[in-house]
Amino acid sequence: MSGEEFVPLSLTPMLIGVLAAVACALPGNFLVLRRQALIGDAISHVVLPGIVVAFLLTGLVAAAPMMLGAAGAALVSVVMIEAIRRLGNIEPGAAMGLTFTTLFAAGVLLLEQSDTSSVHLDVEHALYGNLESLIWLDAIGWSSLLDPLALAGLPPELGRVVIALIGVIGFLWLFWRPLVVSTFDESFAQAMGIATNRLGVALVMVAALAAVAAFDAVGSIIVIAMFICPPAAARLMTNRLEHQMAWSVVFAVLSAVLGYVFAGYAPLWLGFENAVSAAGMIATVSGLILALAACFAPHRYRSGAPAV
Amino acid sequence: MSLELAANMGAAPKAEIPTESPLAIRGMTVSYGQKPVVFSVDMTVEEGSMTAIIGPNGAGKSTLLKAALGIVSPLAGQALVFGKPLKAARHRIAYVPQRASVDWDFPTRVIDVVLMGLYRELGLLRRIRPQHMDKARACLERVGMSDFADRQIGQLSGGQQQRVFLARALAQEADLYLLDEPFAGVDAATEKAIIDVLKSLRSEGKTVVAVHHDLTTVRSYFDRVFLINTRKVAEGTVDDAFTPDMLNQTYGGRLATGQIDQLELAAG
Amino acid sequence: MFWNALTLQLGYNATLVTIGATLLGIAAGVTGTFLYLRKRALVSDAISHATLPGVGIAFMLMVLLGGDGRALPGLLLGAAVSSWIGLLCVSWLTRLTRLSEDAAIGAVLSVFFGFGIVLLTVIQTMGAGRAAGLEGFLLGSTAGMLFNDALVIAGGGALTLVAVLILRRPMTLLAFDPEYAAARGINVGRMDLAIMALALAVTVIGLKVVGLILIVAMLIIPPVTARFWTERTDHMVLISGLCGGLAAWIGASLSAVAPAMPTGPIIVLSSFALFVLSLLLAPNRGVLAVYLRHVRFQRRVHMRQGLLALAQGQPIYEAFTVRLLKRAGLAHADGVPTDDGRARAAKALRDEKRWELVRADQAFESAAALYDGLRDIETVLTDDQISEIDQRIGGPQGVAS
Repeated sequence: MSGEEFVPLSLTPMLIGVLAAVACALPGNFLVLRRQALIGDAISHVVLPGIVVAFLLTGLVAAAPMMLGAAGAALVSVVMIEAIRRLGNIEPGAAMGLTFTTLFAAGVLLLEQSDTSSVHLDVEHALYGNLESLIWLDAIGWSSLLDPLALAGLPPELGRVVIALIGVIGFLWLFWRPLVVSTFDESFAQAMGIATNRLGVALVMVAALAAVAAFDAVGSIIVIAMFICPPAAARLMTNRLEHQMAWSVVFAVLSAVLGYVFAGYAPLWLGFENAVSAAGMIATVSGLILALAACFAPHRYRSGAPAV
Repeated sequence: MSLELAANMGAAPKAEIPTESPLAIRGMTVSYGQKPVVFSVDMTVEEGSMTAIIGPNGAGKSTLLKAALGIVSPLAGQALVFGKPLKAARHRIAYVPQRASVDWDFPTRVIDVVLMGLYRELGLLRRIRPQHMDKARACLERVGMSDFADRQIGQLSGGQQQRVFLARALAQEADLYLLDEPFAGVDAATEKAIIDVLKSLRSEGKTVVAVHHDLTTVRSYFDRVFLINTRKVAEGTVDDAFTPDMLNQTYGGRLATGQIDQLELAAG
Repeated sequence: MFWNALTLQLGYNATLVTIGATLLGIAAGVTGTFLYLRKRALVSDAISHATLPGVGIAFMLMVLLGGDGRALPGLLLGAAVSSWIGLLCVSWLTRLTRLSEDAAIGAVLSVFFGFGIVLLTVIQTMGAGRAAGLEGFLLGSTAGMLFNDALVIAGGGALTLVAVLILRRPMTLLAFDPEYAAARGINVGRMDLAIMALALAVTVIGLKVVGLILIVAMLIIPPVTARFWTERTDHMVLISGLCGGLAAWIGASLSAVAPAMPTGPIIVLSSFALFVLSLLLAPNRGVLAVYLRHVRFQRRVHMRQGLLALAQGQPIYEAFTVRLLKRAGLAHADGVPTDDGRARAAKALRDEKRWELVRADQAFESAAALYDGLRDIETVLTDDQISEIDQRIGGPQGVAS
């Protein structure tokens, strides 16, 4: 394919897809190891009410208030889950399910009740995202990558995903050691004076940051799939955390690129006229990768003596 | 209130515990729900001693350790470490949690677990240098596990896992070692290796406190005991406190008389 | 108007939907209780999201066969098949790989859902307009429902409820104590499967009413609510069914009156309102009750420790203890006991001594098991027993009690 077609139409959506996938997969490694995989599920559901509330409060469909609203909702949901879990003595899974369905219901209701028909804000968009539309109209070919004028016309979602990814990497780099220690052995970490609770909340908030930025661009399906599938598949490839992180990045990139290509081009090859949902296809590919890993990966079985 | 005034009040209760003991616990009460697991317990650990915390299941042994370390928050009471609040003395404690409290399927190697013991030294970002690796390897050597440094932890047997935990504690180079059931479910060779290490720690002047289950080995392993069944029952040297009378009080009727006779007890 | 809806006087379809939703709510509450008690509440999340590809494939198949792609029974059958496959994937991933159940659930729900979305977009390509209505499965919609659809929902709700009622005994037994249930000849694996199948049935029937994202709430919220009101499994099942039915009834009625109010969210929010009330106000496990009890308990502990310290002439280290003693008139601000305090302290110490003997004596084993440091000894021993113990203690008798 020529650069004239690829760069404006496919480069940016693909790049955004890849960056969003990596931003979610990195913290996803810790969520999966901490048996908190479904926190990712919960976060991605509550992003919708957050965005709706932000819109109702500000009347703007702008990135900043929406991201703030989504982050706020993520924080509210984390606090709510913890509160229900502790106050009601409810098991975490149920507390999570209760919280995110309620917040999601509230979001849907608000959306239906308020006059948002004029703006581009609907449930479908929240679920599927709109990766295909993030094109770079100012680009005319590979040369545009060096053209400041054209670069100024890059879709703003790209910048936000980059910032989120930098935030995620920065957090993991800075708090790598305490995160590892507290994930492996929480009571030892506490005895060392590590504030494990605060660290856990920080991890979830960083995951929420990634979710919000990715959601903005690609919808919530990718968010859940990328939190869980690449790290889960990566866990089956290796027995070392550092390697697992690397594998998860590889799988996330692979899912995003292949998913985007299949969604955009496979239907055309098969004789259909329109492309299918890229977000859905990326999630599907990540699932196929996980299935392959579950069948063939070298470290797919549990090992060693049970800890009793 | 000014300091002088406080001093002048003489007999008035003060928020300080007058002791330099490695671990001093005062009036500690911990409850899960409405049931106190540890009730109003005082404990004073002697420096350079090896103390066994002994009591029946559910008597609050592990909970007492966790409360002392701030892992569970007590309803009342406080703990001082070398005469200082926990925060100021954390670096002097090494803690070995129960083996079963950890997910052994975690993707990491033996040597990485031992390096966790250097967390305070390394901080957030300091790089792991050859000297840190050497230290970690030396600790593994000390528990007889050097050949396993690069193994995944899930591949270890129960006893090997326990030794790795001990190696991690050694890497902390602490003055007070708190161990939660270090001998639970380990093989005889491991038990011997662990007790040898603990005894050598004592000979270096360190203090060891361990939750212990096996009454038959108390006399040969430890020099002091702390008997607990929610309340403190007794505390002292093995000769003074590890007596049939005290054991009866600790275990109630649960310990058959024949069992007690088999223990090499001091004349009670 | 709302009253008319609540009392089912709003037209045939609306009435059928309301009845169906209520039956469904009850069935969901009851089934959800067993899921919750088996600690698998979030499996419902995987079940519900995994329905989507089935809906899509069923639609395509029906269109290819020349039928109406929107025929509800066909769509629901497709939904059931694909979510069953989803369940199999979850159990396969957890059993055969080292992944934990939460990761398996998350992976299955996101991948199936993503694939379902792909199929929906394929359907849109197949012929614009014909797919309209499939989006209704995401969030549910009862507006403009056909009579036959309403019938399917009412009938399905009733059938599920009947199945739940038939199986409730063995399921209760299983939820309460799996090992005992197995010993009684209940096939635990098969019964777990039955619970899953019921949850699946509830999900599939609820798809059209509340949508696949919110059906999860109908399975999770009522049991959690019920947990606050009782310690007994059978009562919990009842209460949960009641909460689920009530929420569904209110929700379906409301949205029959105001079509702009989507059924699903209203049902979920009604359910949540019941939950919040229970969380705060339930008599035993409610937050308010627990908090008050905790405060009282903490005072008792401090009081007791304070008295024992006074009796033994030890200093009291905690300011809170001293304040409590002072307020009760048992000590002065400097921690020195009053006369009253001295008497109470002596009694506390004496009780401790009595307990010590009780706990050392095998004859009192059952009483000793009740020892928690706070219980008054008079509540577990008779006066005779106490005086017997006092004789063994010796020393001055008759400390005021």
